[in-house]
Amino acid sequence: MSFLKLLARNRLALGGLVVMGIVVLLALLTPILPLKPPNITDTGNRFLPPFSDGALLGTDHLGRDLLSRLMWGTRLSLAVGFAAALVAASIGAAIGIVAGYYGGRTDNVIMRGVDMLMAFPYILLALAIVAALGPGLMNALIAVAAVNIPFFARNIRGITVGIAHKEFVDAARLSGMSDARIILTEILPNVVPVIVIAMSTTVGWMILETAGLSFLGLGSQPPVADLGSMLGEARSALITNPHSSIVPGVMILIIVMAINLLGDGIRDALDPRLKSGALNRPLPATLVAPTRQPESQQNEGILTLDNLQTQFHVKDRVYRAVGGVTLSVKPGECLGIIGESGSGKSVTALSVMGLVASPPGLITGGSVHYRGEDLVGAPYRKLRTLRGREVAYIFQDPLATLHPLYRVGDQLIEAIRVHRAISREEGRKKAIELLEAVRIPNAASRVNDYPHEMSGGMRQRVGIAMALANDPEVIIADEPTTALDVTVQAQILSLLDDLRRERGLAIVFITHDFGVVGQLCDRVAVMYAGRIVEEGPTRAILDAPRHPYTAGLMACVPELGGGRRRLEAIPGLPPAVDDLPPGCAFAPRCDRATEACRAGEITLDRAGDRALRCIHPVEPQEAAR
Amino acid sequence: MTRYILRRLISAIPVLFGISVIVFAIMALIPGDPATAILGSFATPENVARLNEDLGLDKPLIQQYFIWLGNMLQGDFGRSFNLNRPVLDEVLERFNATLVLAGTSFVLCSVLGIVAGVVSAANQYGPADKAITFVVLLGISIPSFFLGMMMILTFAVNLRLFPASGMWPIFGDRDLWALLRHLTLPALALSVVATGVIARLARSAMLEVLRQDFIRTARAKGVPERGVIWRHALRAAMVSIIPVLGIQAGFVLSGAVYIEVVFQWPGIGRMLVDAILRRDILLVQGGVVFVAACYVFFNIVVDVAQSLLDPRIKT
Repeated sequence: MSFLKLLARNRLALGGLVVMGIVVLLALLTPILPLKPPNITDTGNRFLPPFSDGALLGTDHLGRDLLSRLMWGTRLSLAVGFAAALVAASIGAAIGIVAGYYGGRTDNVIMRGVDMLMAFPYILLALAIVAALGPGLMNALIAVAAVNIPFFARNIRGITVGIAHKEFVDAARLSGMSDARIILTEILPNVVPVIVIAMSTTVGWMILETAGLSFLGLGSQPPVADLGSMLGEARSALITNPHSSIVPGVMILIIVMAINLLGDGIRDALDPRLKSGALNRPLPATLVAPTRQPESQQNEGILTLDNLQTQFHVKDRVYRAVGGVTLSVKPGECLGIIGESGSGKSVTALSVMGLVASPPGLITGGSVHYRGEDLVGAPYRKLRTLRGREVAYIFQDPLATLHPLYRVGDQLIEAIRVHRAISREEGRKKAIELLEAVRIPNAASRVNDYPHEMSGGMRQRVGIAMALANDPEVIIADEPTTALDVTVQAQILSLLDDLRRERGLAIVFITHDFGVVGQLCDRVAVMYAGRIVEEGPTRAILDAPRHPYTAGLMACVPELGGGRRRLEAIPGLPPAVDDLPPGCAFAPRCDRATEACRAGEITLDRAGDRALRCIHPVEPQEAAR
Repeated sequence: MTRYILRRLISAIPVLFGISVIVFAIMALIPGDPATAILGSFATPENVARLNEDLGLDKPLIQQYFIWLGNMLQGDFGRSFNLNRPVLDEVLERFNATLVLAGTSFVLCSVLGIVAGVVSAANQYGPADKAITFVVLLGISIPSFFLGMMMILTFAVNLRLFPASGMWPIFGDRDLWALLRHLTLPALALSVVATGVIARLARSAMLEVLRQDFIRTARAKGVPERGVIWRHALRAAMVSIIPVLGIQAGFVLSGAVYIEVVFQWPGIGRMLVDAILRRDILLVQGGVVFVAACYVFFNIVVDVAQSLLDPRIKT
């Protein structure tokens, strides 16, 4: 079972399991171990220090053997803790299942009651119960179990609600099974694992809580002692004879820590996000492999990518998201990058400023030159001062990309203030100007809006305003119009186009939409499986695509008034970039592919202002067909 | 906002009502004659009968409950038989001391826990993260009463840095320095467990937030990493941290019982334990209802803080 394997791989959890196993084993064996009787007093030998003759851990204030009392106390504490957990889990689960299965008013009434119980700080409830029943170990057990019932009831109810509406339960109901039988045969087996896990994570608490009540003198009564009351009795001699306190105290610590380690291990083993590494914290800048070979600048331009390679390393798999991309953009020029989702266009764009989440991202080769300077491997400080000031980004889906808890004005001001020292009033004035520049009506009041108070188109304009905040030289726009409807999209595109003309911006525009490329871009690069397959002036490519993939992509665009032309989807799916075939990555989906296509590396050949990675290109007359 | 606070206050009424029912029901569980339980087994039959009449214990349970509730609403929590003074006076005085202790601890564990969690997340799998994770594991595993005892042994007895027990009265001769000296050890001992829990939660909340798109936006703007972590990520993570602070306040209040016993702090926890051991039922009843009610109101404060922090919550 992979769950146990995962648990075993977690060394700390395994340690917890081993320690807990030893403690439980010793507790079980206590009656047959050669120990002195735990409750025989011997006032002649009070407070013997540890390692005395015949008393390995010394004796307590009544001369009783501490080792023996410790073992018996541990036995008692474990038994009471587990019993409390079992009682709380059984009753809590029963309540939870009933509430979750029947739903409606039953659920409502029960869960209201549970909420009431949870409104108490837990110990108050326990104290009240002990106060009513009187001090005693059994009553402490009842109290601890009772205060933990709401926790189980709530958890199990949630799970049950999910199961109660599954098909197999409906089927059982239709076949005429009684509710009781459905609960016992269909629901319970599915809930038991959850109960066990919830128990494993709370039994430590229960042991601690019962020990606590005993410590206060409300649990086990003399002469019988659990770990808590041992500690409570030893407290008066804490200063003169600390060993009698330390012995039971350390034992509680060991038990609870072992259980916590084990519980953490179980929780982690069950969390799928930990397995996939999805909970890794992205570093400030994408990591660069030490083996990276920098490249010299191959084209003219303010920003050039030279054989850039970016990979994702997840466990032992390597995803080659960007497999050697060479591109360039000049001031005032708009370069389009087009491709399906997963073609590596976004990762290419994010690699420029080291914004690929890392881990798992890793730049393994190539260079990015900005004004002749290699940004890959540049120190973080350098990258940071360039980000937003020289090269700015516009992202897709501004609801997720704007900070939800700050006003858009403050986010704009911040964008300026991280690069230039300006006063808040000045910043506010500038923020309003920026919002006006992207044609947001009522900019002066909109500046106080939170992102969730704006429409999608407005938010996207804020995203653009933010990119413009520092008058950057290059803007990288990653599908900025994908989430918008067509009229808003057209407005945003013409806005970007105006800004490019007015400010001489270089724009890298990433999209999967040829219509957008046609409106805005001077040149376009088509990406497939992390590589450029075709590049050239937009008009030329649109008129006469050479790569079969480009042609296929274009055939997917419906044309207004185009008559009854069939929407030609490209058959198949883009390849997984952790297992790329040799040769042309598009070959498996291409009807022109031959053996030669699959044989080996196909180079990107330049001819004039166009480049093509294909040995069986589409001829112009075919494309016109 | 005022309407939201009002609405939350009104919604607390059924909860408070429920709390009083639960406490009353638990006390009704007391086996045998409550008056005997209150007066002790040596009470004369006349006294028992008189008390039964005084407390209205000869009436039906439901009627008893409403009499009790009505009295409480008028500020009459009954009289403590052991202390021979009104329950409410004793409870208020003791709760004051508990507030000083638990309040300090709560501030300590919130600040320390959040800082530790953020540092841990920002250095995920680094040495700082590993060290914090280990200390946190130790902190949530050590019983606070044992930790308190060990602190007395180390810092009060061996190093003589702090007094071992007691509390400097906050009223009367005010000496802030003496109060702080008495407060340091118990407040620290009390905050350890909650600090650990909050640190763990803050770490995972931060890791969750740091993968969000708006963090990438902040980086793309050129925000320095410190600003990304503390201004952007923590602000968003607070949305999931704050509710847990409310829950942890309950745990701090609970842990205060042990710490007050260990450090001889004259708070309400110690009062309750003594009252239970002396079977001073009315004092227990009054103390539990009072503290639980305070906790309900504290949770309203938490909710309001949450709504101030997150503009997306409709108020």
